[in-house]
Amino acid sequence: MSLRHLLPALALAVAVPGAAHAADPIRIGVIAENSAISGIAIPNAAMVAAEEINAQGGVDGRMIEIVAYDDHNSAADAVRAFQRAANQDKVHAVIATYTSEVALALQPWAGRLKIPTITPGAASDEISKRIHGDYEHLKYNFHGYLASAFLAQSVCDAAKDLLTNSKLKMKTAVIMSEDAAWTGPLDAGYMACLPKIGLTVLDHIRLSPDTTDFTPIFNGIEGKKPDVIVTGISHVGVQPTVQWANQQVPIPMFGISSQATSSTFWKDTNGATEGVVLQLAAVDTVASTPKTQPFAAAYVKKYGITPAYSGYTAYDDVFIIADAVRRAGGTDPDKMVTALEATNYVGTVGRVQFFGKDDQFTHAMKYGKDFVSGLVVQWQDGKQVAVWPPAVATGTLRFPSFVKLAN
Amino acid sequence: MLGLQILIDGFAISALYGLGAIGFTLLFGVSGVLNLAHGGILLVSAVVAWLLADQIGAYGGALAGLLAGVVMAFATYLLVVRPIQRSRAIPHEEKEIFVLTGTLLWGIMIQEVVAYFTTTSPHTVRPLVAGVSVIAGVRTPTNQLLTAVLCWAAIGLMWLLVNRTRAGKALLAASINPRGLTLLGFELQRIYLLVWAIYGVLAGTAGVLLGAFLGVSSENAGTLTASAFSIVVLGGLGSVGGSLLAAYLVGYLETITAYLISPSLRTIPALLLLVIVVYLRPQGLLGRR
Repeated sequence: MSLRHLLPALALAVAVPGAAHAADPIRIGVIAENSAISGIAIPNAAMVAAEEINAQGGVDGRMIEIVAYDDHNSAADAVRAFQRAANQDKVHAVIATYTSEVALALQPWAGRLKIPTITPGAASDEISKRIHGDYEHLKYNFHGYLASAFLAQSVCDAAKDLLTNSKLKMKTAVIMSEDAAWTGPLDAGYMACLPKIGLTVLDHIRLSPDTTDFTPIFNGIEGKKPDVIVTGISHVGVQPTVQWANQQVPIPMFGISSQATSSTFWKDTNGATEGVVLQLAAVDTVASTPKTQPFAAAYVKKYGITPAYSGYTAYDDVFIIADAVRRAGGTDPDKMVTALEATNYVGTVGRVQFFGKDDQFTHAMKYGKDFVSGLVVQWQDGKQVAVWPPAVATGTLRFPSFVKLAN
Repeated sequence: MLGLQILIDGFAISALYGLGAIGFTLLFGVSGVLNLAHGGILLVSAVVAWLLADQIGAYGGALAGLLAGVVMAFATYLLVVRPIQRSRAIPHEEKEIFVLTGTLLWGIMIQEVVAYFTTTSPHTVRPLVAGVSVIAGVRTPTNQLLTAVLCWAAIGLMWLLVNRTRAGKALLAASINPRGLTLLGFELQRIYLLVWAIYGVLAGTAGVLLGAFLGVSSENAGTLTASAFSIVVLGGLGSVGGSLLAAYLVGYLETITAYLISPSLRTIPALLLLVIVVYLRPQGLLGRR
C-alpha cells in the first residue's frame, strides 16, 4: 500500500466536501487501525460512501462528515478516540474496528455516551450476546458483520457443496485458527457443523497470533493426514500462507482468511496464496447485489487496491446510518436506535437486517440466503475467483500441484 | 523422521539467529554501542527486498535489501550514535544510556515509518530459489537450506575479515584496548566506520534471509531486537563465538519446544534459560567480563 492510498484516511477529520451548507452536518466517527489492511479499508470505504451521499445532496440537506481516528488496534486508544468523538467532535454515530476485542471494549462507551455504533468487521458472538444480556444499556451497539457462528455456518455450507458432496469426497479435516476472541465461537461452530456435513475433525489447533514459524504446526497437521485444513485466521495471514506454499504442504486450506480478502494479499505473499480458498461477505468479482461492483470500482479508482472485507460493510454502514437518520427524522440517539432496528437495506453484501431485542443474536446482522449469505472465492492466478454459491460461481476449485487431493 | 526434521529446521533458524546476533555483538565489542534499532534495520532490509523483487527480480531485490542494511547502519551511526558520542552537553558517563535511548527511539521511528508506508501486515521476501528438497524423507524448502548456507558463508567471511586482514586485526584490537590502538596511530573513527559497515552487511543479509524464511512485519521490529539482545547476553556480550553458541542453543530449544510441546510455547524455555544464565553466570556463556 502506498502513501497515495493511506493519505486520504490519515488526513484526520477531512470534511468531505461540506461547502457552505446551513444545515448541521451528520458527523460519523470512524475508528480503526490505519496501518492494517482490514483496518484502513474502514475509513477509506466510509469516505467513498460519504462522498456519494453528499453528491446526491446529503440526508435531508445535511451533509455527511467523516471524522477518522487511528486506534492502532488498541482498545485503550479506541476508547479514547470514542470519548473524543463523542465529547469534542460531537459525532452522531460511530463505525468502529475489525477487531472483536476492541469492539467489545467500546460497547459500554456507546451505551454511556449514547452514540449509535456499528462494527463493520469484528465477528465475535459475544458482541450481540452482550447486547442481548443488557439491552437497556447496550442497545446503541449494532453488529454490522457476520457473527462468528454464522461465519462458521457459511464455511460449512460451502464445504458441504465443494468438498464433501463433490467429486473430492473429503472425509477429514483439521481446524487451524488463531487464538482470539472471534475464533472461540467460530471454532465451536466448526466443531459442531463440520461433522454434520461429513468431515471428521481430526485435530483442533489454536495458534498464537505471534507465531512466525508455522513449520511445526503444518508438520503436526500433516502427521494427522486430514483431507483439508479449515482455517480461522485474520490477524495472521501472510506468514502461514507463504510457508504453506514454500513448504509445499500437500493439504488444501479452506475457511476464513481475512487478510486474503484484499487484492494486496497476492503481492504480500508473492503469489503464495494461489489455491487458498476463503469465505467472505463480498468481493469485487461478484455482483452479490447491484451495489457491490460499482462500490469496488469506485474504491479501486480512489485507492488503487480492492477493499478488504471490512470495506464493503463499512461502506454499507454509512448508508445504513444515513437511512436511519432520515427515518428517525434527525440524530436523536434513541430514535436512531429504533430506526436502525428497522433497517431493511440492500447494501454491497446483501440485504441487511438486524436481529431484534428478543433474538439470541440481538442487533447482529441476519445470515441467510435472503439476507447476507457470504460467498467463497479461491485465489487463482492473482485473482479471487468465485467458486460458491453455484449461482455466482465463475470457476471451479483448482489447487497448486503440490496439493495432493485424497481422490 | 521427526528428529531429522527438528535437526534441519533448528539448524536453519539457528544460523539465522546467529547471523542476526553476531553483528550486534561485534558492534558492542568494538565500539561499545548496544544498537536497539537492530530490529528496525533488519526490517528495512527485508521490506526493501520485498518491494523491489517485483521490479528487479529476487536476486536484485535481495541485493538492494542488503544495501539498505548498510545504508541504515550508517544512518544510525551518523544521525544518532555519533552525535551523542561527540556531544559536549552529555556527560561522558551518561553517554551509554543516551545511545541506548537514542537507538531505541530511532528503532521505533523506523518501525512506524515502515508501518505507515507498508502497513503492519507481514511481508515475505521472494525466495531466492523455489521448490523443496527431500532429505531422507524430510521435505524442506530449498530456500531454507540456502538460508543456512548463506548465513554460514557470511559468518565465515566475517571471521576471515576479522582474523586474517590488517583492518580486521585493528577491529579486534579496538575491542580489547581502544586507547592502546590510538596510541599506535590508528584512527578510532575509521575503525568505527568499518565496524558499522560490517554490521550493516550482516544485518542486511540477516534481514533479507529472515524475510524470505519467515517473513517480517513492522510489528516484529522490537521482538527482533529483543531476540538478538537475549542471544548476545546469553552468549556473553561482545563474544562472537558465544553469540553463535547461544544462537544454536536458543534455535534448537525453540524448535524442540515447538515440535514436541506446543508451537505457542516456543520462546518460553529459551527465556527461562536466559534468566538462569544471567543469574548463575552474569557474564554469559563465553563472556569475559
